Amino acid sequence: MSLDEIKIGGLGASRRRVEDNRFIRGKGNYVDDIVLPGMLHMEILRSPVAHARIKSIDTSAAWDMPGVRLVLTGEMMAARNLAWMPTLSYDTAAVLATDKVRFQGQEVCAVIADDPYIAKDACAKIVVDYEILPPIVNPVQAAAEDAIQIRDDKAGQVGNKVFDWEIGDKARTDKAFEDADLVSKVEMHYPRTHPSPIECCGSIADFDRATGKLTFYVTSQAPHIVRAAVALVAELPEQQIRVVSPDIGGGFGNKVPVYPGYVISILASILTEKPVKWIEDKTGNLISTGFGRDVYLKGEMALRKDGKILGVRMNTISDHGAFFADAQPSKFKIGLMHSAFACYDIPTAHMFATGYYTNKAPGGVAYRCSFRVTEAMFFQERMVHAAADDLGMDQAEFRRVNFVKDDDFPHRTAFGFLTDSGQYEKCLNVGMEAIGYKDFAKEQEEARKRGKLLGIGISTMTEPLGAGNSREYDILGIKMFDSAELRVHMTGKAILRTGAKTQGQGHETTWAQIVAHELGIPAEDIVVEEGDTDTAPFGMGTYASRSTPVAGAAVSMAARKVRAKARKIAAHLLEVSEEDIEWELGRFYVRSNSDRGVTIQECAMAAYSNMPDGMEPGLENTAYYDPPNLTWPFAAYFCKVEIDPETGVWDVLQFVAVDDCGVRINPMIVEGQIMGGLTEAYAMANMQYQTYDEEGNCIGANYMDFLLPTAWETPGFELYEVVTPCPHHPIGAKGVGECATVAGPAAFVNAVVNALSHKGVRNIDMPLMPNRVYEALTTGKDVYGMPPVRSGN
Amino acid sequence: MYPSRFKYESPKTIEAAVALLDAGKGDAKILAGGQSLVPMLKLRFAFPDQIVDINNIPGLDYHRFDADGSLHIGALCRHEDLEHSAEIAQRQPTIAAAAPLVADPIVRTRGTFVGSVCHADPQGDWAATMIALGGHLVVQGPKGKRTIDMKDFVLGPYANALNYNEIAIEAVIPAPKGVARGGYLKLERRVGDFATASVAVALDMDGNRVLRAGIALAGVGGKTIDANEEASALVGHDLTESIIDTVAAAVAAKAEPRTDHRGSSDYKRQIVKTFVKRILVAQIAEKVA
Amino acid sequence: MSSLFEEIATPPADNIPVRRITVNVNGTDRTLDVEPRLLLADLLRQGLDLTGTHKGCDTTNCGACTVLVAGRPVKSCTMLAVQADGREVQTVEGLATPSELHPIQEGFKQEHGLQCGFCTPGMMLSAKALLERNPNPTEDEIRWALSGNLCRCTGYQNIVKAVLWAAEKMRAESN
Repeated sequence: MSLDEIKIGGLGASRRRVEDNRFIRGKGNYVDDIVLPGMLHMEILRSPVAHARIKSIDTSAAWDMPGVRLVLTGEMMAARNLAWMPTLSYDTAAVLATDKVRFQGQEVCAVIADDPYIAKDACAKIVVDYEILPPIVNPVQAAAEDAIQIRDDKAGQVGNKVFDWEIGDKARTDKAFEDADLVSKVEMHYPRTHPSPIECCGSIADFDRATGKLTFYVTSQAPHIVRAAVALVAELPEQQIRVVSPDIGGGFGNKVPVYPGYVISILASILTEKPVKWIEDKTGNLISTGFGRDVYLKGEMALRKDGKILGVRMNTISDHGAFFADAQPSKFKIGLMHSAFACYDIPTAHMFATGYYTNKAPGGVAYRCSFRVTEAMFFQERMVHAAADDLGMDQAEFRRVNFVKDDDFPHRTAFGFLTDSGQYEKCLNVGMEAIGYKDFAKEQEEARKRGKLLGIGISTMTEPLGAGNSREYDILGIKMFDSAELRVHMTGKAILRTGAKTQGQGHETTWAQIVAHELGIPAEDIVVEEGDTDTAPFGMGTYASRSTPVAGAAVSMAARKVRAKARKIAAHLLEVSEEDIEWELGRFYVRSNSDRGVTIQECAMAAYSNMPDGMEPGLENTAYYDPPNLTWPFAAYFCKVEIDPETGVWDVLQFVAVDDCGVRINPMIVEGQIMGGLTEAYAMANMQYQTYDEEGNCIGANYMDFLLPTAWETPGFELYEVVTPCPHHPIGAKGVGECATVAGPAAFVNAVVNALSHKGVRNIDMPLMPNRVYEALTTGKDVYGMPPVRSGN
Repeated sequence: MYPSRFKYESPKTIEAAVALLDAGKGDAKILAGGQSLVPMLKLRFAFPDQIVDINNIPGLDYHRFDADGSLHIGALCRHEDLEHSAEIAQRQPTIAAAAPLVADPIVRTRGTFVGSVCHADPQGDWAATMIALGGHLVVQGPKGKRTIDMKDFVLGPYANALNYNEIAIEAVIPAPKGVARGGYLKLERRVGDFATASVAVALDMDGNRVLRAGIALAGVGGKTIDANEEASALVGHDLTESIIDTVAAAVAAKAEPRTDHRGSSDYKRQIVKTFVKRILVAQIAEKVA
Repeated sequence: MSSLFEEIATPPADNIPVRRITVNVNGTDRTLDVEPRLLLADLLRQGLDLTGTHKGCDTTNCGACTVLVAGRPVKSCTMLAVQADGREVQTVEGLATPSELHPIQEGFKQEHGLQCGFCTPGMMLSAKALLERNPNPTEDEIRWALSGNLCRCTGYQNIVKAVLWAAEKMRAESN
């Protein structure tokens, strides 16, 4: 008799999380919790202005303070060739400013002292003489002919443009627009925001002069990439670098890049020969680390009267801040917004994308998304909403007409991606049923008669999750694969290590479930370790919802390799040939006599005590997994809102989320991911945005001004499940972590716009703060762009 | 973020605290709940030479109604004490409505009513409430006690009428004529946000007739806005929707909001008008019953 | 800390005033000399090695540093360590006994009320204060009581369920 997979914590079990045992006791081990003997503390002095030439820096008063051990300037970094570092996209970013500061919050000096209080005091003693330059705070200013050049450090840089880039069939798309019965147009802005995990970034560099070894504790979602970067940038020998990502207090993409503070702490440790801890404060995190979004769209859709989409044009302008750290589209195919419209059967599309430098925080990280997928899907679903309204067609029906059908897979999207599976219409139907879609129009009409404003919004999308494959995806030349190493001990217990790094996703729980599924070893007998580059196999880390699609697949493959060896051992123990052996969960048996069998645990013991002649002892293996394609989960979200007509305050009355992320390893954890993602979507739709005044001062520099929703505002979510297994993933799973953040915002915005559609409102840009909703409601006009920061008085 | 260095004393009596303030000559700062002061120290917006922590002075954490019906709130009465007080809920509706809207639940366990009034943040809830209620503060300095009427207390943003060597030891809300009614509404984008606009309304009523009316606003001006004069148009009248409309419009006109990322000045006036109406309409006698 | 020797690394230049305080932390009196500007959160984390109290936002918003002072939740980054002198402080490390988890801890695990774990200690302590005042809260009352603590991972829904779970267990235990 086979084992009960749920009972052993295998696939499909809502197994309670292993990692919780330490977190609920306050025994997590985050970077700031680590204390090393003799450790010093680093604080960074940041630029108070957005754009200025540095005329001089006087650090003498800081050096004179008791307890100060080191004061670092850009000049000192430059002397060691460390003033600049490469970004993900082959740009360069300043570590400590040498020539100019290019955004408010840029790192100018660092103080290393006996405690962080003294380091902070010393920062206040540094005198920097700035020659203020005109700041550029949006792409329009950046593109102006007489605009001051921000990146005058770069040879060959023309103006402030980062890139021009296009994809799609322009001629064919132009033709589609000529043939269209109706062209629907929108202009909108996806505001800048910040991923803002509660834990800020930080590191402890511990350089041992005697051994030459650098141990580097860091808040990184991708510790192996940090090791590679340190080896390449700091030119330390790779075998002497151990990077440890301990527990991470949330990442959401914010902890993928290598930040100046990390690099400075390493140099500080080398120079002081002491461990140096750097813990960013919240202001530093919000004003200097990777933001998300900040993209303007002009979108057009060519439509036939019957609702068929004939073609799509997208023209985007993105604001990348002072240093370009987004994905380089030629290297990272999902790096721009052309994953849009993947769930719709659209004959042709064309996109033109331009990026600009501005005097704002650098980066452009993937905030809970695969680079620009969030913008792509938001624009897609806002364009779809506007098009359906322009046609006078029902929102659900318009989507249904244009969906890729279940038997049309594999499907090549208009922008060239290959999607492989899905049941889009089924998901739509489940959601419509749950939210009571068919009765809504009547409900809305009656509410309007009573002076109440109800709205419903739909957002449906499939998105590419789980980069690579290695043919098309790399980071700085490193191919996008991932890895797992499984070692089964003689008592049948096991340790599993992967190249991914959990930040709350629950890898320590779910990876063991995959092994349980593959080997029948109870999940509780398997310990999972990640984040230490000295012990874990090389992997590309956890972001872009790639852990389950790539590292999770590697776990399966490693376990299958182990099972293959165990089969040989089983044949030996059962004294039959391997061909006569059958497998059921946890046990091999003789095909002709199923009573004769050995468990996986017995095989494990034999691997160390009674292996067949000529077989290597031990039972372990490693798999490096290069996925054949991305995974394509589908989401159908429905949101019902009510707007207070006197204040513009809107409340979510009901939110239904239907997710098809393929096979769910741990349904409880998947649902947790979806609810968390929906909350971030709600936050962005409502309040979580980052803006700048005309001097380039960041207005969201702390949690008093950068708003995140509490338990009180956050609506409840109703979750539904559809399962279409991924055809190429070993266990049929697809990525899920970012789906809700990606598809969610449009559902909220579409609902609010729907509530105001009778007033002639077609668009309100996020954030949908009450004043903006009220403005649209009372003027009947669209609301575009960022909220004004302050008036003249 | 870390505060810069300061000297610290935690006196056991008001007199000792006053002496420390006096010796500080303006460089000493009182620490009560600390929910505004400590963040300002950490942001290094404030760097006093001397902190005078009054938390160890006994007997200041009270709130009580005296026999004459006046409400007395001691300098160490926390927001939470008012929020969870059955007596406040029953007898002082404006304070009962405002208390749960101050900052967030954890800040409310520590922050004090009197400290918040003294902080004179233009967006502060309690200064507006006190003005609407026609309250006064009892303050103690080297020469003894005096009272300062709320209408004279808030001088500007973060500026009050205390001398550097005085401590506000008690807030007093006079006994209502008739029945105390009123409310407090605040538009905030999330719990703990600075107010886009807040409205405090305090009425003394006899049936549906208004005997005294006070209205004050937060978040819509460079300081707390005193709209008691506009509110006084209600006095001697029955509460009706038409007089409410008139007063709401007058109060909205009294606001001095700036256009910023929380909304245009017109929008904030609209919120003030709406909130004044909503609170007053809810006090119309038959609706209360 | 050895009693045999104490190295005076850098003699304090300007006579930094230090105060001796005694704080009862999780049931044990701890006596320390502290600079007045030291924040309670830093005393707990650095002085007493109780790193379950996390520092998140620095501006009294996120609540990751929430501890109980005299039984009431306090953002420990917004209280000076000297102010805890003579008072009782409870941190997340004081929730469980060596043999048994607190029902709130169990509830958070059972209902998947945490992901990255960073906000969790503060959330649990706010929840504890709530349940002590209101043993049978509604969902809205829980959301209101926890609105001084930010979570970026869970969307709060499972945190609410975790507190309901704990409330039920605590009521059953007290009957």
